Amino acid sequence: MTPQDDDEFRRRRRQRNIVFGLILLGLAVLFYAITIVRMTD
Amino acid sequence: MNATTTTLALPTDWRDFLALTKPRVMSLVVFTGLCGLLAAPGHINPVLGFSAILCIALGAGGAAALNQWWEADIDAGMKRTAHRPLPAGRMRREDARDFGIALSAASVLVMGLAVHWLAAITLAVSIVYYAVVYTIWLKPRTPQNIVIGGGAGAFPPLIGWIAVTGEITAMPLLLFAIIFVWTPPHFWALALFVKTDYAKVGIPMMPVVAGERATRHQIMAYSLLLLGTALTPWWIGGTGAIYGMAALALSALFVALAVPVAIRTAEAGDAMKPEKRLFSYSVLYLFALFTALVIDRMLLA
Repeated sequence: MTPQDDDEFRRRRRQRNIVFGLILLGLAVLFYAITIVRMTD
Repeated sequence: MNATTTTLALPTDWRDFLALTKPRVMSLVVFTGLCGLLAAPGHINPVLGFSAILCIALGAGGAAALNQWWEADIDAGMKRTAHRPLPAGRMRREDARDFGIALSAASVLVMGLAVHWLAAITLAVSIVYYAVVYTIWLKPRTPQNIVIGGGAGAFPPLIGWIAVTGEITAMPLLLFAIIFVWTPPHFWALALFVKTDYAKVGIPMMPVVAGERATRHQIMAYSLLLLGTALTPWWIGGTGAIYGMAALALSALFVALAVPVAIRTAEAGDAMKPEKRLFSYSVLYLFALFTALVIDRMLLA
């Protein structure tokens, strides 16, 4: 692997982690909201 | 396929996973699903309504990923699809499959827990219908594949509607029928001007198998059927005159644009203008018809 490939590898892995983290955060917020709504129904 | 089975040097870019969900198709799915939800009688908590639409979108995305997992070799042979993540070799084939299964399963589970299980089961049926019945089973086997595929695209407004009402009645089934009947003329108009690609990969598209003439006649037949189907919600009293008039005007124009497509024969090097015009209008038609439905039902309520 060339240094350029190595940089690209890190960049893609980092981006994937960030996107995955944001999705998990969004789902946590959504599940919290769903739970509150279903409990007050 | 060499490109799809070898180990990748780099991890797949997250945008390629997004591309796998066919975001442009998903926007139509979200729109029609939302219209079904807004047009339905009764009330749904906004958080649950949002969850329902999100699940419909995730389910459609999962089904799209499974479709591309199965069709990677076919996609590689067509100019329109060769740049997709799998045929272009930017993603491992198993990753697309697992991503598709995960999205599908999550969407059904969340729909069941957040909304109700009738909506979840209908969503599951729609995903299996698209990924298995259509993609794997019938698409490569019959020139009626588009008619069958139209069934998959017809589910979102049905699911959106029953998410609110909790029961399957005539109106959501009619919304299903409208998209079901709309799909063949919509897609065959496209297939008439990109048919060389489908012939190359051996997918039995109507123009390839039954010939251009038969396809043009079928487009006409379905356009007339669409006129009748689109007006039915009004006839049975499910909507008011706003929808009725809009459906009449929009569908009449649809038929009017289908006539030149039906009666002409393409010459060599034909620009295919009437076909392209019908295809473009068909997309506008669906947006306008469902918008009219929502406006009508909201004023009626």
